[in-house]
This record gives sequence, structure tokens and C-alpha cells, in this order.
Amino acid sequence: MPNLHHITVTVNGVKVEREVEARRLLGDFLREDLDLHSVHFGCEHGVCGACTVHLDGVSVRSCLTFAVQVDGANIRTVESLGQVDNLHPLQQAFREHHALQCGYCTPGMLMTILDLKQKYSLATEAEIRDGISGNLCRCTGYQNIVSAVQDWASK
Amino acid sequence: MKPPVFRYVRAHTLEEAVLVLSREGGDAKVLAGGQSLVPMLNFRLAHPSALIDINRIPDLDAITEETGAIRIGALTRHYAVESSPLIAEKLPLIAAAAKHVAHVTIRNRGTFGGSISHHDPAAEWPLVCRLFDAEISTTRATGGRTLAAKDFFVSYLTTALAEDEIVTGVRIPQPLDGTGWGFEEMSRRLGDFALAAVGVLMTMQKGVCRQARIAMAGVGSTPLRASGAETLLLGQTINDEAIATAAAHAATECDPPTDIHASAELRRHLVSVLAQRALIAAVRRATSV
Repeated sequence: MPNLHHITVTVNGVKVEREVEARRLLGDFLREDLDLHSVHFGCEHGVCGACTVHLDGVSVRSCLTFAVQVDGANIRTVESLGQVDNLHPLQQAFREHHALQCGYCTPGMLMTILDLKQKYSLATEAEIRDGISGNLCRCTGYQNIVSAVQDWASK
Repeated sequence: MKPPVFRYVRAHTLEEAVLVLSREGGDAKVLAGGQSLVPMLNFRLAHPSALIDINRIPDLDAITEETGAIRIGALTRHYAVESSPLIAEKLPLIAAAAKHVAHVTIRNRGTFGGSISHHDPAAEWPLVCRLFDAEISTTRATGGRTLAAKDFFVSYLTTALAEDEIVTGVRIPQPLDGTGWGFEEMSRRLGDFALAAVGVLMTMQKGVCRQARIAMAGVGSTPLRASGAETLLLGQTINDEAIATAAAHAATECDPPTDIHASAELRRHLVSVLAQRALIAAVRRATSV
């Protein structure tokens, strides 16, 4: 295959080396090449937020970033947050507040909300709703997601 | 929904980037934040021969103070503008406008230079450039130049940039001391492109307007200045009536589009309301010089 680039990336704390095509999207790289199935593509043009992951500690759309660009970087996905029997506090809040139904948007929501908390107080419902306005959920009507974030952010 | 094949070139210096751009004869695109370019690639609306990644060029993302101005490097991320103490202190209107630039995840990646090079006339940074009469620095293989914001934005998604030219930074002159500001935007959700947005700078002396600047986004093929409304305010004692008259006049100076998001009529109405609010805020914040 032409046009291959060698990249070294630390993903969820593990260093990986791969050959990638220049046009390989970061999200496809994570999901297809590394089997990180929390990475969900929804719209594939930066509108729905489902594919959000962390690049060097901040949230990015993995459908708008090429794998070749993250050579040398640190990537985190939901797989690094918690385990089924040991959930991350934000995941636990989502569970307690029934903040997901089909779960397709959830990984993007979680990674976005973790970044929001580093930047903003998330003290008010309005601030939370504005913060997650770039992440679409078609099941919950957002109310339970907002409740989960309020509960988690206030602890 | 996957991008077409392209060659990837990682530039380490501006010189290298413009050299590749010129060699590709206009078929290459510059990749900065990618928040507008990559959707166009995914939709196959763009088929560049190569992408020149400028993300690792050092010092292109600095926000610095110069005599009477602030310079924002082309590669400065929107979130860096939003969270910059220097911007908050010297150009608070820009800090306020930054909160309207897309969503947090996009603000982490998207860049100031990318936004103005892409030139969606409903975006915040083109409006800011027009409002402050910013000077836009560019470079190409044959040398650099500086363009006034009024000459830079040509039409929808079109700028005065040549195909082999890159924006390197934007110089934003500081308004006079005591100048008040207002920024108002209406969109369906916070972070969506503006249905309409208005920015105002007002310089006052003993209740009289010494300078007024009004810029509008989302209501024309470029960001616009409401120069008629500015002239109406100049030298006037500012009261509710003067503000209402100027705001109504600003609405006659735009040429809004009708699309699925809003009719031209609604956008024009929004300009009058937003201009009024922004003018009131600017007058309140102004201190006499």
C-alpha cells in the first residue's frame, strides 16, 4: 500500500507502533486497528461528538484528526477510565442516574465531560448544558445526563 | 464519509510549508486544526494532492503584546484565546466572543488563523478582525505581506489569500483607553454558527460618542461594518433613542441570507436587537476619556 507512515503512540498508557495510511482517521485507527470499541463514529464530520477521545489531555474529535498527526502523542479512550466492577466516578454517576439508554453517545459524553471539568466549574445546570451542547444524544433528552454530571461535579 | 487519498507532509518551519505549497501548484491544503478542512475531506468536497501539517511549527501559536496591539499567532487554538489572561485583560470582547466559537472539543483543536482563512462569514473571528481593523500577516515562497481585514475577507469561504499563501498571525490594535465593548450572538445552540452576531466598540467623552465601531456576522457574504450607524452615533449625546436609532440603522446595512436555519427577515430583526444590546453594554462599560 502506498503512502504509509510509521507512528508511535501511547494509547491508554500502552505504547503502540503501527503503519498507517495518511488518510486514516484517528477514530478508525483506535477502533479498527487497536480494537478500542468505545470509539464510536456517528456523523464523521465533527457534529455529533460520539467519537470524542483525549489527545494529550484534552478532548478532540477523532473523526477530524488523522492518526498520522498524533505520532508521539498520548491518547486516552473510555477503556482507560474504569472496569465493569470498578467504574470511574463519572461512569458510576451515569449508571445511578440512568444517563444512558442505547449507549452510543456515552463514550463521547464521558470524555467531553472530563475535559469540561478541567476547564469550567460545571456549577450550574446551564453551564453543564452549554458544555455538552456539542454532543448529541437521541435517547435521554439530556435530563439524566445533566443530573449525573451535577451529582458527580458537586462531589 | 472517509477522506480521499492525499500525501501527508509534516512541515517543521514556515519556509518548508510555503515551499511545498508553491511546489504543489495550488493543489495542496494547509492542515492546522482541521475542524473545517477535515469535514470537507470526509464529504469529498475537497481533493487536495497533499496536506501540509503546520501543527508542529514552533512559535506560531503565541499570543503576544506589542506596542498598542496584541498579536495572535495563526496556530493559536480557540481555547487558548478563551483562556488567555492577556486577552482577558486587554481585549475582553475577544474573550467573550471565544465562548461562542463552536464547542469545547472543537475549541481545543481549531485555530484562529484557520478560522479566518476558511472564512465562514457567520464565524466570530472574521467579525472580530473587522471590528478591530486587524492587520493580517501572511507569507508565501516569494515573501510576506500584511492585509487589512476589510481587504482580506472577499466572499463566502473566499479570502484574498493566494493558493500558495499562509496566514501567520493577526495584529489587533488596542482600542483607546476607556473604550467600552459589547458582543451579542444568537444561535440555535451555544456553539453553533451564529444566525447573527454583533460586536461594538464605543469611545465616550462626557456622554458624547467620540468613536463607534459596529461589526456584524452571519448577515452577509463577509463580516460587515455598519458604517452608517457608526456615523449616526459619532459626536452624538448617547441616550436610549440614539442607540435605538443606530441599531435599527445597522439592520438596514446588512444583506442576510435565507437558509434552513433562519430567514433573511429574522436575521435582520436579530441584528437590530443584538446591536441594541451590544451598544447598551458598550456604553455602560465605557469610561470617559
